[in-house]
Amino acid sequence: MTYITKPRLHHPLLAPNALGFTRRDYEGKVSTLCAGCGHDSISAAIIQAAYELDLPPHRLAKLSGIGCSSKTPDYFLGNSHGFNAVHGRMPSVLTGASLANRELIYLGVSGDGDSASIGLGQFAHSVRRGVNMTYIVENNGVYGLTKGQFSATSDPGSKSKRGVVNHDQAIDLVGLALQLGASFVARSFSGDKDQLTPLIKAAISHKGAAFIDVISPCVQFNNHVGSTKSFDYVREHNAALNRLDFIEPREEITVDYAPGEVEIVRQHDGSILKLRKLSAEYDPTDRISAMGHLQLHQARGEVVTGLLYVDPDAKDLHDHLGTVQKPLNQLGDAELIPGPAALAAINDSLR
Amino acid sequence: MEPTNTEAPDYFHKVVDCQWACPAHTPVPEYIRLIAEGRYSDAYMINWKSNVFPGILGRTCDRPCEPACRRGRVEDQPVAICRLKRVAADNKDDIRGRLPRPARIKNGKRVVMVGCGPASLAVARDLAPFGYDITIIDQDPKPGGMIRSQIPRFRLPESIIDEEVGYITDLGMTLRQGERVDSLKALLDEGYDAVFVGSGAPRGRELSIPGRQEAAAHIHIGIDWLSSVSFGHTDKIGRRVIVLGGGNTAMDCCRTSRRLGGDDVKVIVRSGFEEMKASPWEKEDAMHEDIPILNYLVPKEFTHENGRLTGVTFEKVHAVYDAKGRRDLVPTGEPDQHFECDDVLVAVGQENAFPWIERDIGLEFDKWDMPVVNEITMGSTHPKVFFGGDSAFGPKNIIWAVAHAHQAAISIHKLLSGEDVDDRPPPGVTLASQKMGIHEWSYDNDISNDARRRVPLRDKAEALSNVKLEVELGFDVKLAFQEAQRCLNCDVQTVFSTPLCIECDACVDICPVDCITFTSDGEEAELRERLKVPARNLTQDLYVSTELPTGRVMVKDEDVCLHCGLCAERCPTGAWDMQKFLLSVTQVEDICASRKMAAE
Repeated sequence: MTYITKPRLHHPLLAPNALGFTRRDYEGKVSTLCAGCGHDSISAAIIQAAYELDLPPHRLAKLSGIGCSSKTPDYFLGNSHGFNAVHGRMPSVLTGASLANRELIYLGVSGDGDSASIGLGQFAHSVRRGVNMTYIVENNGVYGLTKGQFSATSDPGSKSKRGVVNHDQAIDLVGLALQLGASFVARSFSGDKDQLTPLIKAAISHKGAAFIDVISPCVQFNNHVGSTKSFDYVREHNAALNRLDFIEPREEITVDYAPGEVEIVRQHDGSILKLRKLSAEYDPTDRISAMGHLQLHQARGEVVTGLLYVDPDAKDLHDHLGTVQKPLNQLGDAELIPGPAALAAINDSLR
Repeated sequence: MEPTNTEAPDYFHKVVDCQWACPAHTPVPEYIRLIAEGRYSDAYMINWKSNVFPGILGRTCDRPCEPACRRGRVEDQPVAICRLKRVAADNKDDIRGRLPRPARIKNGKRVVMVGCGPASLAVARDLAPFGYDITIIDQDPKPGGMIRSQIPRFRLPESIIDEEVGYITDLGMTLRQGERVDSLKALLDEGYDAVFVGSGAPRGRELSIPGRQEAAAHIHIGIDWLSSVSFGHTDKIGRRVIVLGGGNTAMDCCRTSRRLGGDDVKVIVRSGFEEMKASPWEKEDAMHEDIPILNYLVPKEFTHENGRLTGVTFEKVHAVYDAKGRRDLVPTGEPDQHFECDDVLVAVGQENAFPWIERDIGLEFDKWDMPVVNEITMGSTHPKVFFGGDSAFGPKNIIWAVAHAHQAAISIHKLLSGEDVDDRPPPGVTLASQKMGIHEWSYDNDISNDARRRVPLRDKAEALSNVKLEVELGFDVKLAFQEAQRCLNCDVQTVFSTPLCIECDACVDICPVDCITFTSDGEEAELRERLKVPARNLTQDLYVSTELPTGRVMVKDEDVCLHCGLCAERCPTGAWDMQKFLLSVTQVEDICASRKMAAE
């Protein structure tokens, strides 16, 4: 951390977005994480994405659990709603909030401990139910707050900072999310904001459970030789499937690539995902082949990144439950107390 | 782009915009920090070494540093550097014990100065402690030159002039006041080893339009009139005064008139208000004293009756720009305008005049009848004769005169030591880390959000009652501290080390002004557009690293860097460090000191 607050002064050429906010207006407090933490880069990407999407800060709720990653919502979107849940319980709180007020945009921020260990069940069920959210795991493969033990996402064979080799199998959150029916699945790297920022924008615009696994090196405890979550390792083994350009509904689409190089996916809200293919045979709308591709390349020691899977027409939890269109706190007496006639009608239907 | 060579002293020097812009290269942030700490004497001495007249310049400098100040590019207004300098002078202790002492042993070399203004005095200061026998010849009754004769007392009290001129004359020199030099040849024949010409630009430009001769009794040349007021020969002026001209002398003339009985004083200029030569703050000060400035009026005729001035007739013009952007003042065709007045002050420029320099003594003049002077050595084509101040390249200002003087002093010292005058000493440079702890720096890196403070003024009615009463009261200690805290410490440099960088982006993410980008290398013009925020201020350099492991380079746009040190605080490997760059222009004193060390 730093002792001073980040100066208010900003670059005079910093452009305001459609709401009149500059990127700086989407910042939060100064980070108290270790210098160089990958999580801070993810915060910066979230800030950039919110700014570029012209999001009104009061329309967004950020929820997190416990851990280094779960501290980060304090460092971005300082004017948005926030909830810091019990360890591993963020998905339930988020699900409840989403059911109560479907008009907010929900951003769940968690880590490998919070989501792959103590909160694995919660993670699984929120994804399985198709809660309309963006779920970001800031995955550093290590328990940083408790000084560097292996986490549930540490790869077998990787070494801790003190030289101990990990023998446990790793939980692959991306594989789980695909299997559990997430309708938007991506993996990225904190050291590559050009890839990460459009993915976050696309995930926020996606209707349904959107999951992004972001590998985020822990500079303090997991950035050494032998780690598979270090800057150097990820850069050397990064197998990017595609480069995403996110195009908002109001923008004009200009395709400037040769056919076959670009895939266009139109999402439910009208936004366009323009995917520049880096891996020729990859089809990001085919869940089964995505899982196969992931397994194959992971077995080769590659870190597959990019947009792995998207179902542009996905349904969410509200669709499944047929919930009321209005947020619950906006329902008036007339809607909540329909009166004896309505009760009689229900009773009649059950006779 | 080529990776930046930070070893070359100019690179980091340019980042310290104020110091780079100062002709004498005063280390501004260094003394501003000392003012914030309350170390006024130390701040004063830094100034005294660089610019010789801190108390005088703290009130009168043309402040080239302020338009250059980085603070002015990140918010509205630059730091009030000039008036902070005055704070050091106002609050210092008795610093006489810290000044050089008169030389105990003379070196036998005789140097003469023509004119006793800032240029000559600064040369004398640099040379006198090292045994030179110095003589200064000046036309006025007291030393100081234009500082004493042209700057009104309400801007610069005489006590300040006496004090700071005294620090120099106390070093031991012969002053021949009230004497004019009529012949350079005769002066050279007196056997001096070197001559320094610091005679200024002593002639006010004339305005030859009809009526000038007939109404001469009430038409005065601005600088002569100011000088006459300064020395007490003039103490009143008519009720209605017109000042012609738009420079700083015009501003001094109109404000002086307001104090000598002029209650209807106007400034009338040919050009537009914006193009006037006067500094914006001097125009502001004049208008504050209820002096209107009328523009686009070209004087055509002085009107008079029975030999007495009655007013001035003006032609109305407007500015027309040609394809090359050159301005032409074209009559609008409207009827001429007549303004009644009792006195006119003509302040339409100053000129050099060298009728006393013979043209056959080996001293070359150019086609504008100005001496040919080397801009680095300040030497003329005569080996023994040097120039400085307004006499060298035409009217400039005090701080330029001082800068010239330091160089001329080095030239004279080298000449008289039998060394090559063209072999110039490099500046003294130090670069030292300011890191004190993990998040602690030896400077206050928290950026103040305060706006520029205004200097308190004396009540207007009281100020206008007495020409000798200083208008500006100066910052008090509290205001000075607040203003000093606005300084961005641009001399504390962001220094990048490629081998230490792990490309984690922490610096990019924390930088409040988006200075830093990691990207692929390219040609400068194209690279500037590709940065996180495009670097469109071409006067500011890009700091480009050597290639990093990912094949990218680090590019930092120096333009609006706040020098807050957050990049270095957030860097996990110490690839960024905050290092103080201190550059001091080498003076005669430094040459002598290093030689003494070598000898010991």
